[in-house]
Amino acid sequence: MSLELSMHTPPEVPLEAELLTPDRTVGMDSNAVSGIAIQHGNRQVTVGDFFTVKGKGEGELHLEGDLSRVKHLGSGMSSGSLYIHGDVGEHLGAGMSGGKIVIDGNAGSWVGPEMSGGRIIIKGDAKHLVGSAYRGSAVGITGGEIYIHGNVKNETGHGMRNGLIVAGGNSGDFTGVNMLAGTIIVLGEMGIRSGAGMKRGTIISMHPTEMLPTFSYNCDFNPIFLRLMLRALQSQNFNIEDKQITGKYQRWSGDSVEMNRGEILIFRE
Amino acid sequence: MKIKSTKINDTFAEAFKMWGARVLITAETRQWALAAAQSMTGFATSVIGCKCEAGIEKELAASETPDQRPGVSVLVFATDSEGLGKRLVERIGQCVMTCPTTACFNGLDAENNVVVGGQLRYFGDGYQSSKKIQQRRYWRIPVMDGEFMVDETFAVQPAVGGGNILLIGKDLKTTLRAANAATKAMRQVDGVILPFPDGVVRSGSKVGSKYKSLIASTNDAYCPTLRGVVTESNVVDGAHCVLEIVIDGLDVEAVEQAMRVGLQAAAKPGIKLITAGNYGGNLGQFKIHLKDLVGEAA
Repeated sequence: MSLELSMHTPPEVPLEAELLTPDRTVGMDSNAVSGIAIQHGNRQVTVGDFFTVKGKGEGELHLEGDLSRVKHLGSGMSSGSLYIHGDVGEHLGAGMSGGKIVIDGNAGSWVGPEMSGGRIIIKGDAKHLVGSAYRGSAVGITGGEIYIHGNVKNETGHGMRNGLIVAGGNSGDFTGVNMLAGTIIVLGEMGIRSGAGMKRGTIISMHPTEMLPTFSYNCDFNPIFLRLMLRALQSQNFNIEDKQITGKYQRWSGDSVEMNRGEILIFRE
Repeated sequence: MKIKSTKINDTFAEAFKMWGARVLITAETRQWALAAAQSMTGFATSVIGCKCEAGIEKELAASETPDQRPGVSVLVFATDSEGLGKRLVERIGQCVMTCPTTACFNGLDAENNVVVGGQLRYFGDGYQSSKKIQQRRYWRIPVMDGEFMVDETFAVQPAVGGGNILLIGKDLKTTLRAANAATKAMRQVDGVILPFPDGVVRSGSKVGSKYKSLIASTNDAYCPTLRGVVTESNVVDGAHCVLEIVIDGLDVEAVEQAMRVGLQAAAKPGIKLITAGNYGGNLGQFKIHLKDLVGEAA
């Protein structure tokens, strides 16, 4: 039996609910979960003050309602499944190392910052700094997968060291800024200054984009690894056309102000 | 015991425990995938002289391969997993990576793995990179037509080598025809290869030799030219040719199935006897009795 939390009182200021994860609630009944302390602005409250709780914690947690003012959901989780039926606030899955988070709606900024494993699936849009390093930190996500079916905003994958970020829609500016390794795929339009300061890693755009002058054009080719990645995305219900799997991509290398070992692949019609 | 007019000897094939790997080679066209596979499986007839046994298992349609390009499935067998790993590095490095447009994937799911792409990556001289896709790490090595992509590790599993049947025929032409029919049927079985040239070996061997440095020598009991020379010839009256088909498989069931269909296909007029090679049951871990195969087929 899964644990189900339904919001009965929308918070006036953000709730910080990092203790609400499927792994931390394993073995807890509804009373115990209702008593978990969470932060409401500058006051400590309990889960029961805002949510009706049903079921028992067995590694699967469902939250329902407008959670756009609930921050840090799934933070640090290492296993289990977290399903959010609605929108969700910032810092979703921050530092998570395993398990799965699925959002039916939209997410705020800072999705999966500095995560090291697991999977986040957002069926709507997300805001800034998806899969990024926190300010002052040089390294963003070191593993795991973030799939966003809608749009993302600026600095997606900032400082990313490993893992995969996919945006089914458009991305904002500075995609993959200061990237160290890993893969970012943007199926829609990609903003400007992508890959600024990147050392290694791969950014893929399905549409022409303006390149920084510190990137160099190499060649057109069909990367075999991308065939496998795009096929895997098809199975995740992303809209991938066959010509994107079999077609050629421009390869640009950069950023030459850094190691020049990163690459941006741009699909050619 | 007979299949049609062909007598089947009540004996067994003695097969050995080996380690096997399945390598999927893809390329831009079927031609290039086959070229790589043929190169990789060359000089791989017997572990005695080639350190491994390898062959093409089957061709794969684009829809069956990881990158949706035409492909070929190759099986490689060696006596231990460490040796198999070395052979994979050598053969994929020299025969697949060198072949235009190819990529190379692990085709088995097994507990044991050997590092292949993780070693070949150094050919990239620092320009190599890796991608982890669905929990598998692949290496991308820059080459002159783009990139060579290869799985970091390949699974290896306990396997079976040395399944065999011996066709004793009235003449060369008849025996060759029967052998061709048998190999054609056996190639339809998944999980097996026939490592010798076009699946057939004429120089069957026995253990040991009068020469101390040799661990194997000609199987004189099956040489028609020695029928009157050796003390115990197995070349039956009216026979003038013996050909052997050796089968390696990923499991004993696959080897048995290949032998089963091979027996049926090879039993033709002019094939006097079909038998199998063994060493008295003292060396191999598997005994595959022909009577069981004939009985099940019937």
